[in-house]
Amino acid sequence: MRIWVTLGATGLLAGPALGADLQVQVEIPKLDVAEYHRPYVAVWIERPDHSVAANLAVWYEINNNKNEGEKWLADLRQWWRRAGRDLTVPIDGVTGATRPVGTHTLEFASDNALLKDLAPGQYELVVEAAREVGGREVLRIPFQWPLDQSTKLEAKGESELGAVSVAIKD
Amino acid sequence: MKPLLKWSTLALALALPVSAHAHRAWLLPSATVLSGNDAWVSVDAAVSNGLFNFEHQPLRLDNLVVTAPDGSTVNPQNPSTGKYRSTFDVHLANPGTYKLAVVSDGVSASYKDKGERKRWRGKAENLASEIPAGAEDLKVTQNLRRLETFVTAGKPNDVALKPSGQGLELIPVTHPNDLFAKSTATFILHIDGTPAADLKVAIARGGERYRTKPEEQTATTDKDGKFAVTWAEPGMYWIEAEATDGKATVKEAKERRLTYAATFEVLPE
Repeated sequence: MRIWVTLGATGLLAGPALGADLQVQVEIPKLDVAEYHRPYVAVWIERPDHSVAANLAVWYEINNNKNEGEKWLADLRQWWRRAGRDLTVPIDGVTGATRPVGTHTLEFASDNALLKDLAPGQYELVVEAAREVGGREVLRIPFQWPLDQSTKLEAKGESELGAVSVAIKD
Repeated sequence: MKPLLKWSTLALALALPVSAHAHRAWLLPSATVLSGNDAWVSVDAAVSNGLFNFEHQPLRLDNLVVTAPDGSTVNPQNPSTGKYRSTFDVHLANPGTYKLAVVSDGVSASYKDKGERKRWRGKAENLASEIPAGAEDLKVTQNLRRLETFVTAGKPNDVALKPSGQGLELIPVTHPNDLFAKSTATFILHIDGTPAADLKVAIARGGERYRTKPEEQTATTDKDGKFAVTWAEPGMYWIEAEATDGKATVKEAKERRLTYAATFEVLPE
């Protein structure tokens, strides 16, 4: 199952990519639990000092008339600390609705506004998931930017996240 | 920010057995880091042995002051005092950091009346009328107590953290709503606005009821009043420091006892 991130709809992905695309895949695992709600998920790029270089995606409950879904954004504790509390949601091209079980692919053209100012250097891709009446998990993938064409870096979650990867896609 | 000094009612809650350490007074907020545009916290307030179990006495709310992110004072809502705890709500109407403080200033006395040792607690102005004229061995102590916790909606700020300059107070170096397990936080203690060196600080994590070890740590302030705490695990923590000096403002009192206690939430990494 491939789902394009909101970026596709906002036109940021429109047109042929100038260079290679950054591809991030996030798997939301199927869980055998009594009460299941789709997790809140944040995907961002962190500098070595933990400051946030780019927010790539934040999935939370947006189909709520009273914006009550925002009340639980602080449960994405690391994202809230590093980025969320300084931002106003929704963020065009970043925030979107929660996603179902499955592997979700985010693609960012190299001239994407989120990435074009990313200076060469060492970063971490961070993926955090928090689920209502469930757990929380944070995965980190260190990478060097710009990414080597041939590398695909992966991490595997143990509870709230499945396989997570970052790669360059032609 | 001037708390109302209704010591008599607080005294009921704090009129505890002799040792100052027998019980702990605390505020327990329902959350300390909040998102969304209509955030509320509900707070328990009690005096107890086990943190944060309400099993002894409610903490009276007469001296409660809530300071908003702009430094103004906001009214707590739905205050209620039950058998073992008080509760109140705070509407975090604006983003930023709120300080919730219960500040009391009272007097305790011990004396001998016809050879019998007596103790008394109350307001300074009632000393003369409530202690018998013939009391012997009269020792009067002024007790200044400050009990705090902090909550933040959205982005933290520092306005509500400003100390009053009176009594024993905590000056955060690390923001009190930015505490994470395995990390070290730094705070400064002041007495009347100047650094309090060499003070012992007790640090305890809630939930002792469900473990066999109390896990209490201690820290000592350095010459600048600074102390550091490394939070081993996430949880609700309670810290307390105490000092005595001769700077009582109540004329009958030789000694002044200062107490500072606060509740901090330490979040998982």
